[in-house]
Formats: sequence, structure tokens, C-alpha cells
Amino acid sequence: MLRIISFLVALLLTSGLIYILDSKKVLPVPLGKLLSPQEGLWQNAEPVNASFNDELRFPDLKGKVDVYLDERLVPHIFAEDDNDAYFVQGYLHARFRLWQMEFQTYAAAGRISEIIGDRAVSYDRTQRRMGMVYGAENALREMEKDPAIKASIDAYTAGVNSYISNMSSSELPVEYKLLGYKPEKWSNFKTALFTKAMTNDLAGYDRDIEFTHALQVLGEENFRILFPEIADSSATIIPKGTVFSQPAVMPEKPATADSLYLHRRDSAWFLPDFKPDPANGSNNWAVAGSRTKSGRPILSNDPHLRLSLPAIWFEMQMHTPNFNAYGVSFPGIPGIVIGFNEYIAFGFTNSERDVRDYYDIKFKDESRREYWFNNTWRATENRVEEIKINGGFSLMDTVSYTVFGPVLYDKSNKTQLKDNRAYALRWVAHDPSNILKMWHLLNRAKNYDDYLAAIKYFNIPGQNMLFASKDGNIALWQQANFPMRWKDQGLFVMPGQDSSYMWKGFIPQEENPHVINPAEGYISSANQRPVDSTYPYFIPGNYDVYRGIIINRRLSSMEQVTPEDMMKLQNDNYNVFAEYARPILLNNIERSKLDDTEKKYLYILSAWNLKNDPQEKGPTVFTNWWDSLQQVIFTDELNQTDLPVIMPEKFVLLEALLKDTAFRFIDNIRTKEKENLPDMITIAFKKACMELQNAEKEGRLNWASYKNTSIYHLLRNGALPFARTGLQNGGGVNVINATTHDHGPSWRMVIQMTDEIEAYAVYPGGQEGNPGSRYYDNFIDQWTTGKYYRLWFMSEKEKNDKKIIWKMIFRS
Amino acid sequence: MKFLVSVLLTALLGFSLGLYFPWWTVALSGFAVNYFLFQKPLIAFASGFLGIFILWGIITMMRSIANDHILAHRISLMILKKDNPNLLIALSALIGGLVGGMGALCGSLLRKTRLTA
Repeated sequence: MLRIISFLVALLLTSGLIYILDSKKVLPVPLGKLLSPQEGLWQNAEPVNASFNDELRFPDLKGKVDVYLDERLVPHIFAEDDNDAYFVQGYLHARFRLWQMEFQTYAAAGRISEIIGDRAVSYDRTQRRMGMVYGAENALREMEKDPAIKASIDAYTAGVNSYISNMSSSELPVEYKLLGYKPEKWSNFKTALFTKAMTNDLAGYDRDIEFTHALQVLGEENFRILFPEIADSSATIIPKGTVFSQPAVMPEKPATADSLYLHRRDSAWFLPDFKPDPANGSNNWAVAGSRTKSGRPILSNDPHLRLSLPAIWFEMQMHTPNFNAYGVSFPGIPGIVIGFNEYIAFGFTNSERDVRDYYDIKFKDESRREYWFNNTWRATENRVEEIKINGGFSLMDTVSYTVFGPVLYDKSNKTQLKDNRAYALRWVAHDPSNILKMWHLLNRAKNYDDYLAAIKYFNIPGQNMLFASKDGNIALWQQANFPMRWKDQGLFVMPGQDSSYMWKGFIPQEENPHVINPAEGYISSANQRPVDSTYPYFIPGNYDVYRGIIINRRLSSMEQVTPEDMMKLQNDNYNVFAEYARPILLNNIERSKLDDTEKKYLYILSAWNLKNDPQEKGPTVFTNWWDSLQQVIFTDELNQTDLPVIMPEKFVLLEALLKDTAFRFIDNIRTKEKENLPDMITIAFKKACMELQNAEKEGRLNWASYKNTSIYHLLRNGALPFARTGLQNGGGVNVINATTHDHGPSWRMVIQMTDEIEAYAVYPGGQEGNPGSRYYDNFIDQWTTGKYYRLWFMSEKEKNDKKIIWKMIFRS
Repeated sequence: MKFLVSVLLTALLGFSLGLYFPWWTVALSGFAVNYFLFQKPLIAFASGFLGIFILWGIITMMRSIANDHILAHRISLMILKKDNPNLLIALSALIGGLVGGMGALCGSLLRKTRLTA
């Protein structure tokens, strides 16, 4: 009996031990499962000399596909059939980036709580209410109407799923093992969701709600000064002097706009949630043959995004009898997104145009089933969103859809919205569109006309679509469906009680800003306002100013341009903002009020060469001083109420002070004294010096250490050991090399359109998403030091080249 | 001798089960070996522990060395808050050993109930 009991006790202990080590119930991770060598994460410890040779059979394939991998693990797909190429692209994306592509679509769909539990609920809810899923459904419906596009997505999806279904649980990416879940099947819908994630990143930023508050606090006159439509110093994308055709129709301002819109008083004050990073921007430029050494155009592009591991981009070549394109792809969608083919090169920057507006809705009652519209109660369409929560019960959220779009904010998530009021969102991202068609056609484009036909399919996010071709043309179109607005329409939350404030249509595509082969011999864009004030339409946006100025200054002085010059330019650390701003600081500082330490920092700034180079201390002093000046000058006016109002753009203060040192906002309205510019500049400097002293004590006064460029894993603080931190990068805001703490050039590319295309590129990451692979982050050092890889645009004749290290054979 | 044989058998059976079944089947390996090859409970535990400790230790070490410890550096920082691949290897082996040893203990104790019967 005793023996039986001791057996049972031992059995119980053993089962308990296994239970603890196999689940996340007691320990934060299933430690036994995780550390078991045959099942757990040791399986993800990829041998550094791993072979990627493979022979695979999939009945879906119509012909043969051979994939040649070079030493950087860049696949060169050679397929006999276009859709086979997309199938294999899907397979390879899954093979190397499965966790990331699925996680990003979970994020887009507002499903992160399913993975990490209730701390993601409010994020998920915002994604749902923003209509991300609704937008993806509308987009997919449109894409699947197009047989060629449907076939390409079908093939891509089948490729992803062929990897997933043949994968053993020991091959699961390490993030799945750590978080304890498994991948779903991929679907065409997930591909559509990815396009919406990208759209939200690039066209999901707006300031309408903050502007509505600011207008009320500041009054109209001051609002116009602090948030002007146009920066005087901006170098436009479309050369100044371009004559714009007069529109056939112009939208008309409603008669009630002054009383109901611009001078509205509102007590519902809150801050919007989960806004995308306004710095999501980019540089691109093309230099015509007249300015290049080779006599052929050179196209350069570096998209600035939140830097992440696994990297957002996956580099590859796709070769079929119908097209041959090389560049970077998004794991999640078919095709090459930025790159070139045998005839043309294409690159993008963000337009920063405002394509999102809010309408103030009045519901009939608490049930939120009817709202007042055009003198009648109109029924909402309700969509019940189930937010599943790992380790808890689902949250059900009913989202009301109005004629404008989904209700993003109401009493249930913003208690400030009383009396059955709500804000509905009108966003171009909800409209049906076939945007994948653009890449489909661009990958196959042979000339300017093909490019023009391709870009018309793209409705959002607004992009500056740069083009260069072997036959010597350069061009840029700012392309999307941009709402046609009357002046001030959509700057603020609009009345939603009738149709008079609705968008009356879009600017006709042919009237979108564009330029072809300009006399200057170059085209550039860097997220600035595309046109000057002579453009007939009202086009609000979140525009950048200074990168455009310095890029144009540099390009206009360059002749005999080579790809090397363009690579140097992409890594240019010159701070043109500081060039304009430093004299204001140095001419107005009251030196007599400074102690020795402060004088030392002042000396550092005056001796600085204006370059945001890694070892310089000047950028640290300058950045802190100017930020501190912005704070001391504007905080008193902006913080007149409890809720912070958004800071004006940096150019506003600089341009104002360059014009007039008695700028009306200088005085601190909270003090009795009347402060002048030297007072404020000195106060700001003294404040900045405290931060500088701290930084110096910690040995991070030099710019690279201060900025601490870091590339985080997508799980951010949840996976810090998967990040690369403390990178010694220069650059920064307002600098061509736009590398900030965790944001910057996510792909640098320079393409010379000579007969044999000469292409260079690099991205901060590596081809594998697996943190246990040497190919996870192996490009980062090259990127940090401003170096590039020469891209190998492999031809069919080179199938035995020694640059090929591995070969994957796909057969039906 | 019997001890050495059972250590080896536990490791071998543990490895084979691990090819097809979940990680915790190493407990079944310890259990089976010590049920059929009876040893006193404490010795059984020691042999099961050692068998799987060695098995997991060797595989993880081989995998990690082939990987230049790239993953082990990152995971040890994550789990142990210390950049120490060897410690992570040791922890893996220890966990395997414990589970294998407990399985072996159960095997021995069950056999003991049969012996008297």
C-alpha cells in the first residue's frame, strides 16, 4: 500500500513538473517545451553553414521554377509561368519571414489581443473602429474582380500555405514558440490586410482633432500663424513656375461654414489613439542623363519607416517570360514593390497629403442605431467586432457605420463625447481599390506610358511615384485619390448632420501634380508640399520642409553624376535646418548670464561643422536647444487648457524668427514681465544645458550615442535581446540621412539605367526573420557605415555563375 | 554496469521518442527503462536524470556550437537576463534531466509495487 502511494505521489509530481514546463500557466514561458532540443527553440539555432538547397514538389505549379540564392540569401526566382513565380514568392516569404507577415496582418486586423492578451485590447479596438478590416474587405473584392490580379494573389496565397502545411512544429519560428501559438492558414484577405497596414502607416496620420482644439484655444488668426498651409522656404517637388490647368469644377464652401465649422465651440476634447508616426516619409530623386556621367538616368530612393527586425523588406528577383524585376518586396503581398526591371526603375516617397476627415455625428439615442442626417433619422449599419483575448473572454464591440464611414470615437471609448455625439471617419483607405494592379503593371512596364497606365490604379496611400527609364526619361507623379476640397475643408472636425460637408469627389487624376523631364535635369521629392500656392486645389497635409531644400541644393550643383555620388548623397549628414537656425541662437544668447559649463556647450555649438556626424557633439547641443526653445515659446499659449495641443512644425518658429525677432508668441503670457527673444533663447539654453550635462555624465554627448540608433524587434520591449541597439549612425530629422533613434532609411537604393543596369542597395536587417540565423541582421553594419551591396540582376545565362551558393528546385 | 546500461538506454529511447513525440516523452523513456530494468528508486532517478541530461546537453551543445551560439546569446539574455549560452545549455540539460529522472523514479516505484504483489 505504501509503495502504491509513493508511486502515485511520484507520478503526481512528475505530471505536475511536466505541466509546469509545458504550459504558460506557472512560468511566463513553457520552459521545458521551449528548451527541449528536438522540439523547442534549439531547432531555430540555424547552423552558420546551413545549406538552403532544396527540391520540392507542389502539384499547384504549372511549370518549372528554379530559385538561385546568392551569398546574401537573395533569391533569384526563374519561373516559366508568372503565377508560379508568385507561388514561389509566397513560399519564400513564408520560409524566411512567416511570423512577421502573419503578425503584421494580425495587427492590421486588430487581433493582437489573441496573442498577447488584454493589454492590446484598446489598440485592437481602435484598428477595428478605424475600419481596417472593412477597408481590406472592400479592397479584396475589387482586386478579385480582376482575373490577372486574383490569379496572382491566389498563387501567392497557395505558396505561403504550401510552406505552412509542410512545416513541422519544430520548424515554427521562434516567436510562435515563445508566445505559444501557431500560424493560421494564409488567405487573399490577409494580403489585402497587409495593404491596409501599409496604408495606415503612410496615410493614417491626421491632426484634425488636435487642430479643432487649437483653433478654439488660439483663435483663427493665431492658428493660421502657427499652422500655416505653406512653408515659405519649401522647395516644391513640381518646379516653381509650372502652369497648372484650371479645374473644370471647384468644390464650394457651404454657406454655414463660418458659423457651424470655423467658429464652432466644442467641449468634447480628447486625444486620438494610436496615431502612426508622422515621420514616415522618404527621399527619392532621379537625375537625367544630361547630368550623369553615363548619360543615362540614375534613380535613388530611401523610404523612411520605423526600423524593425525582422526588416519590413525582403529583397529578391523575379524572372518569368513576361517580366524580370528586382528589388524589395513586402512579405505579405505579391510582386516587387520598389526596384527596377530591364527597362525602368521605380521608387516612392510619401505624399503626406490629408486623406482622412472626421464628421461630428448626432445619434438619436443611446442605442446608436439612428443618426440625424439630411433632416431625418437615418439607420446606421452595425458591425459587431469580436475581439478575442488570450486568457480571457471576448470583447464585443459594435461599430456603427454612417454615410461617412465608421464611427471611430463615441462615448464608449471617449467619455468626453456626451449627448449621443460621435466622430465618424471618412478615409480614402475604405474605398474599393485594386492597388496591387499598380505593382503588377509596374513590374512589367517598359516605358513612361506603361508607368502612367500602372499608377492610375493606385488610390491610397498618396505617393510621389518616381520613374526613370533606359530610354532616358525621368518623371514623377504624385498619385492617389485626393479629395477635392474647398479651402479649410477637413482641417477640423466637420459637421455631420447633412451632406453639405461631404467630399464632393476627387481631384481628376490628370490634375495630380506631376513633372516629366524637367529643364533642371533632376526631380526630387522628400515629403514636402508638392506644389506652390498656384496649384488650384486646397491640399492640406503634414509636409516636411528641409530635406527637400538640401536635396535640391545639392542636386542643382552636381554634374557628371555617378552612382557613387548618389550613395554619398543618401548618407549626407548636413543639417540645413541648423544652418538657418544656429545664427538666431548665437546672435541672441546673453553670454553674460552663462556659467562656465554653459559657455563650454555654447562653444561646441559655434564650432560645429553643421554635420550630424556620429562623433559630433554639436547636433546634441543644437537639437536640445531648439527643442527647448520651441517648448518655452509655445507651451504657454498651447497649454491654456488641460489638454495639450499639438506643437507647430519646426519650420514655423524658424521662419517666423528669420522674418521678425519680435514674433508675437515670444512673450511668456504666464509672467508679468514682457520677455524678448534674447530672454527666451537664454532661458531655453539654460534648460537644455541641464539635459546636456546629464548626457555628458553618462558619456553620451556625441550625437550617435545620444541618438542611440536602435532597430527593435516587432515585439519591442517584449523581445529586447532580438534588437540591435546603440548603432553608431549619424543623420537625423531634417537631414538627408534621416536616421533617428528608431526610424529612418529602411532601404537605400541607387539604380543607374545603363544598358547593363548598375544597381546598389542595402537595408538594415537581413533576409531571414529568424533571430537564430546569421542572416537575421547581417546587413546592419553595412547600412550603419553607409555602404551598399552591388545588386546582381541575374540573367538566364548566368545559371552556373559562382555567385550562386544554393539552389531550390520547385517542380509540380 | 546495470546503471550505465540504463543511462544509455534512457538516452537512446529518449532520443527516438523525441523524433516523433512531444518533448515530455523523455519521462516515458526513463519510466520504461526503469520499469523493465529495475533499480532502486534513488538510483533509478539518478540514471534517468543522467540519461536525459547527457542527451539534451549533447544535442543542445552541438546545435548551439554549429550556430556560433547566435540564438543562445539572445535567448539567454531573454530568459536568464544574462548573456551566457553555456548556462542556457546547462539549464536545458537540467530540465530534461529532471523530467527524465522523475519518469525513471515512477518506473522504479511502479515496478516495486509489482514485486511485492
